Amino acid sequence: MSATETISTIEGAGAAFAHQSLRFTLLMREIEDRIERKLYRQGKILGGVYVGRGQEAISVGATLMAEPGDMLYPSHRDMAAFLVRGVSPGRIFAQYMGRAAGLTRGRDGNMHMGDMNLRIGAIISALAATVPVAAGSALAMKYLGMPNVTICWFGEGSTSLGHWHEGMNFASVQKLPVVWICNNNQYAYSTPMSAQMACVNVADRGAAYGIPAEIVDGNDVFAVSAAAKRAIDHARAGNGPYLLECKTFRMTGHSAHDNADYVPPALFDEWSKLDPITRLESRMIAEKWASREEIDGIHAAIVKEVDEAVQWAENCPFPDPATLLEDVYESE
Amino acid sequence: MVATYIEAIRQGLWEEMERDPNVFLIGEDIGVYGGAFKVTAGFHEKFGDRRVVDTPISEAAIAGAAIGASLMGLRPVAEMQFADFITCAFDQIVNFAAKCRYRWGAAVPIVIRAPSGGGVHGGPFHSQNPEMWFVRTPGLKVVAPATAYDAKGLIKSAIRDNDPVLFFEHKGLYRRIKEELPAEEYCVPIGKARVAREGRDLSIITYGAMVWTALSAAEQLAAEGIEAEVIDLRTLLPLDREAVCSSVKKTSKALLLHEDTRTGGMAGELAVTITESVFDYLDGPVVRVTAPDTPVPFSQTLEEAFLPNAGHVVEKARWLHRY
Ligand SMILES: Cc1ncc(C[n+]2csc(CCOP(=O)(O)OP(=O)(O)O)c2C)c(N)n1
Ligand SMILES: [Mg+2]
Repeated sequence: MSATETISTIEGAGAAFAHQSLRFTLLMREIEDRIERKLYRQGKILGGVYVGRGQEAISVGATLMAEPGDMLYPSHRDMAAFLVRGVSPGRIFAQYMGRAAGLTRGRDGNMHMGDMNLRIGAIISALAATVPVAAGSALAMKYLGMPNVTICWFGEGSTSLGHWHEGMNFASVQKLPVVWICNNNQYAYSTPMSAQMACVNVADRGAAYGIPAEIVDGNDVFAVSAAAKRAIDHARAGNGPYLLECKTFRMTGHSAHDNADYVPPALFDEWSKLDPITRLESRMIAEKWASREEIDGIHAAIVKEVDEAVQWAENCPFPDPATLLEDVYESE
Repeated sequence: MVATYIEAIRQGLWEEMERDPNVFLIGEDIGVYGGAFKVTAGFHEKFGDRRVVDTPISEAAIAGAAIGASLMGLRPVAEMQFADFITCAFDQIVNFAAKCRYRWGAAVPIVIRAPSGGGVHGGPFHSQNPEMWFVRTPGLKVVAPATAYDAKGLIKSAIRDNDPVLFFEHKGLYRRIKEELPAEEYCVPIGKARVAREGRDLSIITYGAMVWTALSAAEQLAAEGIEAEVIDLRTLLPLDREAVCSSVKKTSKALLLHEDTRTGGMAGELAVTITESVFDYLDGPVVRVTAPDTPVPFSQTLEEAFLPNAGHVVEKARWLHRY
């Protein structure tokens, strides 16, 4: 039974959904903590590391609402999209360690990965360049009469690029089945929202393109999934694109080398009280969907799963340099 | 005072901003944060919001605004966070800045700084050497310093130049190299190559970080009795054809080296320049060592295989020497 099958029947509520959400938010948190706070510092991770700590509810809540055939374009803070679609933690570690078993076979690193078999598109590093691409995938869905939608995530800072505006407008004019999800974590590298745009909300931009837009509590997986469901239903019904602005906070530096000393410490304090995993667990206990002991058991199981995944990845070989020239083009 | 490559760029920018109130900086996270690589750390404190302009993530707006401001008489120095993202500003640079003087006689004295180059495990989007996208655009100038001395002298010349200059600074050199810089002010002219090492047996012609690779190869070759001359182009457009040709006239053999990929790389232009002008002096084929025609791979085993190194250069030079 795949995650997505279970969830579409219960429509974003109930114990089963909560348990699924807990698993994937915790797994993402544990994998990223391990990468950022341990493996990176041990020099086992190559290149930059960008994590979505505190933002896990957004990729989890939305991906759980998608059908397996829906196309996903996660941003660099949406690792759970891969987990929900069944990518093993081991392969994710291998990706970050530059091993041949990573999703990009060592050709690219960190969240720069994708797999068309899972209908997940790899990030274009140039921010928002994925937005018109997502519009194109939605165009194909309409063209081919597929019952599917495309979901595309991006940060609030990415909405400053021309690509973003072109993609939004095009998708709206063509009434394409695409759901835009903004992870508004209030910073883009060192740049706060106020220096990024003169409007108060990213959702305000929807009106300019005739796209319905909603502001969502991005740290509440129930709120995210309910909004994602509305947005997906809207797009799937042929009503065109829909924009969700998930308000959240980047609980880390921009990347592992950035200590975020430009962020007022009070903001971290304030947002740590809104941690999506803590909130989910409290709700589960309050609703009697799980006991504290049960939840502790889930934590322990995930730590063990991640331990094993790290070990598996560390034993994976690096790519053979003899493969350097392969796959620039289709081979004969 | 001894300065690293990155410190040299800082000094050049700082001195020009002190000298000319119309010089200002524009880019992402360059203000209080001091830029992704900290090139502009401390500039905001000294020069303020007016002269250190933090932008949204909008490379087209950065390049376009720099051009527009330059038309009004200012001298903007724009920063791309990574050279790779200059693609977002391509139209402004290639279709507008490069053609203004020719089309309507308007000067566009902008500088675009672009941290480029591999060897930093950056993968396909944080390691590229995009200089040739611009070298084949008449109207632009393209500079790629290899030393701290040249980085400082060339950024100063670039700022004073009345045409658009793309300044490719190699990320791998930022903190890796340092040298004593003169106490007195100096500029390094755009369009002039330099002899980085004298030699009589063959010429290694290169630029950017590969100058260091060439020098280390030349040292190994010297131990075998082969004296390689190393030419550091410093500027790719306009190309110092005279310096290239006079070195080849002297050594009669040319090995071209670049970190950029092979097809359509600088080596092609250099090879034709040499055969057109000094063919009769050649005692062997013009050869090249470059990265292969692939994206820049992320994993260390692949990136090591991708990047040209001194071993490759030595091997090719031995072959050419025996020819
Ligand atoms: C076109 C482009 N310019 C600059 C960068 C460098 N960069 C990478 S992530 C980032 C900040 C992105 O902010 P936002 O879109 O809000 O996403 P967040 O990282 O906050 O999730 C920047 C400037 C880039 N990747 N692409
Ligand atoms: Mg952000």
